[in-house]
Amino acid sequence: MAKEIKRSRGGWWFLAFVLFVYIVSIFFDASRTWAAVLKSLILLLKISPILVMVLFFMAVINFFLRPQKLKKLLGKESGAKGWLIALTAGIISHGSVYLWYPLLKELQQHGMRTGLIASFIYSRAIKLPLLPLLIYYFGLKFMIFLTVYILAAAYVEGRLMERVLTSDVS
Amino acid sequence: MNEKKDKTPAKQNFITVMGRSGKNMAASLPIIVGLMFLFGYMQVFVPQKALLSLFRGQAVGDTFIGAALGSLFTGNAANSYVIGGELLRSGVSLFAVAAFMIAWVTVGVTQLPAEAAFFGKRFAILRNLLSFFLAVLVAIATVWTWRAF
Repeated sequence: MAKEIKRSRGGWWFLAFVLFVYIVSIFFDASRTWAAVLKSLILLLKISPILVMVLFFMAVINFFLRPQKLKKLLGKESGAKGWLIALTAGIISHGSVYLWYPLLKELQQHGMRTGLIASFIYSRAIKLPLLPLLIYYFGLKFMIFLTVYILAAAYVEGRLMERVLTSDVS
Repeated sequence: MNEKKDKTPAKQNFITVMGRSGKNMAASLPIIVGLMFLFGYMQVFVPQKALLSLFRGQAVGDTFIGAALGSLFTGNAANSYVIGGELLRSGVSLFAVAAFMIAWVTVGVTQLPAEAAFFGKRFAILRNLLSFFLAVLVAIATVWTWRAF
């Protein structure tokens, strides 16, 4: 993954584009642009502990799980167990989704199915710590139905992604 | 690269593994930092309340508008619940509110470039498109079931 991104320099181009937007913006509305810079720095500060946690997860997975074992758990032959792992991991994972991209990419390179990646991302819509807040605003019944349908949609999306991208998976 | 990793002995030093993972993470940093600055910019320059006034009071149309707005916004899911709750109180249909909340956490227009950089354009576009339509479907199914019981 690192090599791919370095080679394409896509990440740096993206960062350069965002910074260019800021530079242009500062000429039109300097005070709000600086407010946006401050907001962004606060966001960066907030996510840094999660980045460290993801880094640790990556290292632990690389250290303990051999590629063959990973392929068995999340690869083509993983079956129902693979879906269960992806959905459960999505539900219990914390932090913003893009923080999990490096880990997911690494798992994909070790043989994780594309559909399971999509399901993992979708199932993150279920936020266990926020369920009480959802109940407060919409009621218990609504929360239960919403959670069940989101889980079903996560599975459906994974299946559909795999079906459409079969020729794309290398 | 994979071949080399596959042959790495299981008893390798954890510090070495950590360093290798750190290198991978470092390669992702430009995207993550870029995203943070994009989110910061959107939070200051795109007033959420102004966009939420787009709802017109039509259940079907509002459901798609809800999903579209949820796709544009990003951040803590708790915010979507709070905004959703307020929308509901101000008369927006539950279909639209549900679609808004689901799309908020499943569709990410702002993080699309990052997702594409990691998993490819085809994956990112298809996943977001599917998530958008699934947000509408899940919203409709949830509200219908909720009303039926």
